[in-house]
Amino acid sequence: MAYSEKVLDHYENPRNVGVIDEDNNVGTGMVGAPACGDVMKLQIKVSDNGIIEDAKFKTYGCGSAIASSSLVTEWVKGKTLDEAAEIKNTHIAEELALPPVKIHCSVLAEDAIAAAITNYKEKNQ
Amino acid sequence: MSNVKLPIYLDYSATTPMDERVAEKMCEYLTIEGQFGNPASRSHEFGWKAEAAVELARKQVADLINADPREIIWTSGATESNNLAIKGAAHFYKKKGNHLITVKTEHKAVLDTTRQLEREGFEVTYLEPEDTGLIDLEKLKAAIRDDTILISVMHVNNEIGVIQDIATIGELCREKGIIFHVDAAQSAGKVKIDLSELKVDLMSFSGHKVYGPKGIGVLYVQRKPRIRLEAQMHGGGHERGLRSGTLATHQIVGMGEACRIAKEEMATENERIRMLRDRLYNGLNDMEEVYLNGDMEQRIAGNLNISFNFVEGESLIMALRDLAVSSGSACTSASLEPSYVLRALGRNDELAHSSIRFSLGRYTTIEEVDYTIELVKKAVTKLRELSPLWDMYKAGVDINSVEWVAH
Ligand SMILES: Cc1ncc(COP(=O)(O)O)c(C=O)c1O
Repeated sequence: MAYSEKVLDHYENPRNVGVIDEDNNVGTGMVGAPACGDVMKLQIKVSDNGIIEDAKFKTYGCGSAIASSSLVTEWVKGKTLDEAAEIKNTHIAEELALPPVKIHCSVLAEDAIAAAITNYKEKNQ
Repeated sequence: MSNVKLPIYLDYSATTPMDERVAEKMCEYLTIEGQFGNPASRSHEFGWKAEAAVELARKQVADLINADPREIIWTSGATESNNLAIKGAAHFYKKKGNHLITVKTEHKAVLDTTRQLEREGFEVTYLEPEDTGLIDLEKLKAAIRDDTILISVMHVNNEIGVIQDIATIGELCREKGIIFHVDAAQSAGKVKIDLSELKVDLMSFSGHKVYGPKGIGVLYVQRKPRIRLEAQMHGGGHERGLRSGTLATHQIVGMGEACRIAKEEMATENERIRMLRDRLYNGLNDMEEVYLNGDMEQRIAGNLNISFNFVEGESLIMALRDLAVSSGSACTSASLEPSYVLRALGRNDELAHSSIRFSLGRYTTIEEVDYTIELVKKAVTKLRELSPLWDMYKAGVDINSVEWVAH
């Protein structure tokens, strides 16, 4: 399969790989399933004034899944939770030029953002 | 990690490069300067010379497997041989019975052929192998019915390289009066085959798996006791009416020469390849969570099929772009289907997906093996550092106990 330049770049040099220590200002989302071939874990660290100041990911999945999660860690940083929730799978797929069979990777990345935000909100009700 | 040429070819089970000696021989049978005649032309020297070349090749193939040259039928490859053997015997002997037995891990050229026979009204039992990939004789015995006319079991599996005990299965078939077909595409030139001893009635071979050309193969059809087949290709009555069509002299000569070389060099070649394969296995096996697929003892020298737990197969293949290997996962073809062979061994989806088949051969070097070890280790380590599953495993979480939200 041919990968786009951007997928290859994120795959070769993934941004923001890692783990943020759990705390009240951290939201963690884990989506997907090993049997389906991809699991994404996305973490966001939210500042007192509601801005995402850090994001980290770990992904088990194909190159497109790794690239999608790497990309969203870059995109969510500096955004408010509401702004981050605006990131849709279509934006991700377009940016990475994902072929139709890989659209599910971008859907998963969108789900991961939503899961991380939900987790943060649950902790800070 | 220097002077190796990239990408490194480690996919000898998919196809082999032709031996130079084979290519040279074939070139002698193409042009006006060479022996281009039709082997069926009986009225002139062009035909006679071509026929002599075909008959020499027939003998070279027969010699490799200790058969009579008259038992060798030229086909276009192992796919055609499997079709001719299974359909041909089923159709010819259908008054005797309606039931066939084969194994879930057979090549598609067998499985799709028996599926076709099912559509025609035959009944087929698909045996489940043990988790080693080998079949349990008792289970085979239990599957035999009064109306079983044919059993088809491959000699060596193309994905995991395991060698089935065709000698014992042959005895069983002979005792029960059942025709025994063996797909030997992956075993010729790698495992000793002595058809004067083996109770095998039909055996399929392929040129391009033994350093010969693509598009040529052989079906061995035993003479004593005589096995009858219904032809699948009709025409000029070539190959004793079993397979019509002008013989492809150059292809045939190539396969003959490849078999001659295989017979001569098999023993020393196997030893060298086994040493390289073991070096590769030992080099990779000191990583954690590496699983061998298929039995290690009953396995050809050149095959290593292993799964890397907590690493996704497609990303691994992507990281191994400098290696020509096969993956147990067919994600690249847009279907997320893991290998049906590994599934039949009871491997879970994740391990089936992360499996890699390394197949080594005549031109594999020790430098290539060492380079491969380094490359694979680096890739697996990198992908595990990226993998949340690896973190969970390291933290002692049982991944199977997690409730995943499938999507
Ligand atoms: C076990 C087995 N049978 C049959 C075949 C098909 O052989 P051919 O390519 O000669 O048709 C192959 C090769 O892919 C094989 O590995």
